[in-house]
Amino acid sequence: MSGQFLDYGADAILMAGLTGKNWHLDDYVERGGYKALKKILSDPNHWTPDQVIAEVKLSALRGRGGAGFPTGMKWGFMPKTAPVKYVVCNADESEPGTFKDRDLLRFNPHLVLEGMIIAGYAMGCARGYIYVHGEIWEAYERCEEAVAEARAAGFLGDGILGSDFSFDIFNHHGFGAYVCGEETALIESLEGKKGQPRFKPPFPANVGLYGKPTTINNVETLANVPFIINNGGQWFLDRNQTGAGGTKIFSISGDVARPGNYEFPLGVPFSKLLVKAGGMRDGLGIKAVIPGGSSAPVLPGAVMLETNLDYDSIVKAGSMMGSGAVIVMNETRCMVRSLLRLAEFYHEESCGQCTPCREGTGWLVRVLHRIEHGEGKPQDIDLLDRIAQDISGRTVCALGDAAAMPIRSFIKHFRDEFVYHVEHHRCQVPDYV
Amino acid sequence: MSKLSVESYEKINAAIAKYPPEHKQSAVMAALAIAQDERGWLSSETLQEIADYLDMSPVAVYEVATFYAMYHLKPVGRYVLTVCTNLSCALQGANKTVAHLKKVLNIDLGETTEDGMFTLLAGECLGACGEGPVLLRNNKKMCGNMTPDAIDAMIAELRQAEKRETL
Repeated sequence: MSGQFLDYGADAILMAGLTGKNWHLDDYVERGGYKALKKILSDPNHWTPDQVIAEVKLSALRGRGGAGFPTGMKWGFMPKTAPVKYVVCNADESEPGTFKDRDLLRFNPHLVLEGMIIAGYAMGCARGYIYVHGEIWEAYERCEEAVAEARAAGFLGDGILGSDFSFDIFNHHGFGAYVCGEETALIESLEGKKGQPRFKPPFPANVGLYGKPTTINNVETLANVPFIINNGGQWFLDRNQTGAGGTKIFSISGDVARPGNYEFPLGVPFSKLLVKAGGMRDGLGIKAVIPGGSSAPVLPGAVMLETNLDYDSIVKAGSMMGSGAVIVMNETRCMVRSLLRLAEFYHEESCGQCTPCREGTGWLVRVLHRIEHGEGKPQDIDLLDRIAQDISGRTVCALGDAAAMPIRSFIKHFRDEFVYHVEHHRCQVPDYV
Repeated sequence: MSKLSVESYEKINAAIAKYPPEHKQSAVMAALAIAQDERGWLSSETLQEIADYLDMSPVAVYEVATFYAMYHLKPVGRYVLTVCTNLSCALQGANKTVAHLKKVLNIDLGETTEDGMFTLLAGECLGACGEGPVLLRNNKKMCGNMTPDAIDAMIAELRQAEKRETL
């Protein structure tokens, strides 16, 4: 796998013992796989769906895809009596900086399948779909192989493990659209349409895929479920002291010596993650960190070095944990240039449905472009901030807010660099973006 | 133009079977990808063929083909190289990767080499930042740590393979 090394850390649960090759069903069963499914389905002490949901609620598992919504509560929203319901695994990770779900699917696909089967049982679904990001074809192929193995072994199909629970999983390959990570855009895409988000309400739990109740969970969220069932919700909650249970896979990239995925208990100090990633590349100083994927507000490096990585601590520091994608920038980087590249991303990925996002992201790119290239006017800095403000909260989905958040935070923390560009009509650093 | 191959139709049928029978439109993304694998790109005749097969209006198929970034609506080279230029990869050297590719292939972004072998594209986040700078080959193969040396090795290998095939 092109030089990537697998060292997820001593605290790893989801990625423990993975070599990159031991992904097959036999390997997974040897690691204790499918025990949780047997535990809930085997008589005489089989669990009721409500028991499963209660255990997940007790664990305080929160969604790992970005929004951090409590998983047990989300499952509880599904109407009990609806005859046809779906569970969907959101594997469309494509937010700049995020690359954890790819490793989970390539190296531990059965863990995700087992979590999804349990989710299907808890919510009374007969069918699930995994929506795989278009650019990670190898992960999609791996999912196809894993599903075939699970079917052959009787973990998927009719009457799983002799119970009266029938469930099957199908993989859907995306084809390059960041917005499809938004759950209603993902549903549209699954239905064979362009991925434009739906207005909410109604929420997918009531009107989802093909108009049926649907729950969409992130890959890493579902991967936690078998451990919660095997060890109990309390055990999961006790993995850290933050009140939200479990570990988190952090994807760290940018100016660090060893970019990659590392799994730690929630609440790990950022400084410890940085050390695990080999520290700063070339021994340079740390200027800025985007702690939760490109949509999360940027923070000065000095602030991050004092911050723990969990939902509440990062919010207190002024950003959000998002998907756990940590982008590190060294002291030589230009914040205007970096922001311009992110703004181009949101402009490119805007689906075009809502005017504030479609037009606003274009304005952001044009104004940032002229500032970076020495043609900015003094009032452009506040203009950027105002455009961002005018996008926020005025769009059907969160992509508009995601485009606005980097703008406002970059200006807030690094205003002097923007002012320098405008006053001196030039950028201080050589090209890197 | 003749129809897509029997093998392609077998794959499309397998994709249709993943969805409830009354929702075969769900297979349109897969059908277009399969057609592109066979033909290299999607002409309006191909879009029409898919539309007919899935009982969709041609415009609905066209909407899908234009919405998702990985479909090619114009002819491309035999090897399409999509380089991620987003922030994480840029911080890890993607700018050098693009500059080097432009130099060795003697084309700009969005162009195809005269021999029809390579098309060079800049892409958005491929979801593999840990191995950045990354490029995606023909929408399928993720190539990580693409330093100038790694690029030279890859291009040489592909040209060599092509030579063997034409012999």
